[in-house]
Amino acid sequence: MTRLTPGFADPVLDAQASFRAILEAMSRPGRIQRIEAHITPPAPLCSAAGAALLSLADADTPLWLDAGDTVAEWLRFHCGAPITNDIGSARFALACGTAPSLAALDIGTDEDPQLGATLILQVAGLVAGEGWRLTGPGIQHEHRLSVIGAPAGFVAAWAQNQALFPRGVDVLLCAGDSIAALPRSVMIAEG
Amino acid sequence: MTQTEPSPPSARQKWMSILARASAEELAVRLAALPPLPAGETLRAPETGLVMVRGRAGGDGDSFNLGEMTVTRCAIRLGAHIGHAYIAGRDLAKARLAALLDAALQDAALHDALMRAVVEPVAAAQQEARALEARKAAATRVDFFTMATMR
Repeated sequence: MTRLTPGFADPVLDAQASFRAILEAMSRPGRIQRIEAHITPPAPLCSAAGAALLSLADADTPLWLDAGDTVAEWLRFHCGAPITNDIGSARFALACGTAPSLAALDIGTDEDPQLGATLILQVAGLVAGEGWRLTGPGIQHEHRLSVIGAPAGFVAAWAQNQALFPRGVDVLLCAGDSIAALPRSVMIAEG
Repeated sequence: MTQTEPSPPSARQKWMSILARASAEELAVRLAALPPLPAGETLRAPETGLVMVRGRAGGDGDSFNLGEMTVTRCAIRLGAHIGHAYIAGRDLAKARLAALLDAALQDAALHDALMRAVVEPVAAAQQEARALEARKAAATRVDFFTMATMR
């Protein structure tokens, strides 16, 4: 039996702080935010990805993940989210290893674009001020974001995802305690 | 829908229900006689919420929502064992104590001493209280009968 570990030290305040950081990240695509929650999720989950899932996922959001049984058990215990093997039916997808293709995820419908899935992508590092050039809503001129360990061909896949707007998939990039968001409206150009 | 026959309660279900019915003071008094329990790691701090209680009319009718009840739950890990408590009401200290005891009772090294010192006396007291109430109720029982009308 795997050892279950605690979730947020203070479930209310930590979830609120994490939610605020995610909201800031989504409103300012490509800007790096820190999630300052007291949390030590089981490996290989980083603290930002763990805090994001504890804040967002619940019993109504099927979750797909590739992080192993320990993480699945931890998430099921702390947020009660049903774990699904069918990535197309998941509201949240957590990728710690090889990222699934964006096209495999639920993109919602024109009537209900809010049903599009959110991919929580754990990467090796996030660096501001270099790399990709992001433009679009929430960005005055351009934001630069370099993602260390981004999946191969991500920018091309993103262009296809962005063209589907208002349908599409949102991405949360997590590294350590930092997050940056790529809402479906943002355009990415290689730097 | 096929109804499955409820399985007889396991030993753990029995002690969990006894702990859930006991009061925090009762548990603390019984525990005071024992060496202190190891401190557990809190997986889920005691939290109070509502649970919808459902019923079925006549036992086999459509299920309906009877009402919501206040429930406090807690989960504590002690070594390899995880103790859970779901108790009626909002007594956080009792939920924590019951979860800690549930974890300790799963530990073979602590099980027998705790059963003897805490669970069995508390169960006996609860049984006694139930029997007393049943006797009091039985003393006021009125047997109704219908006289047959004979013509």
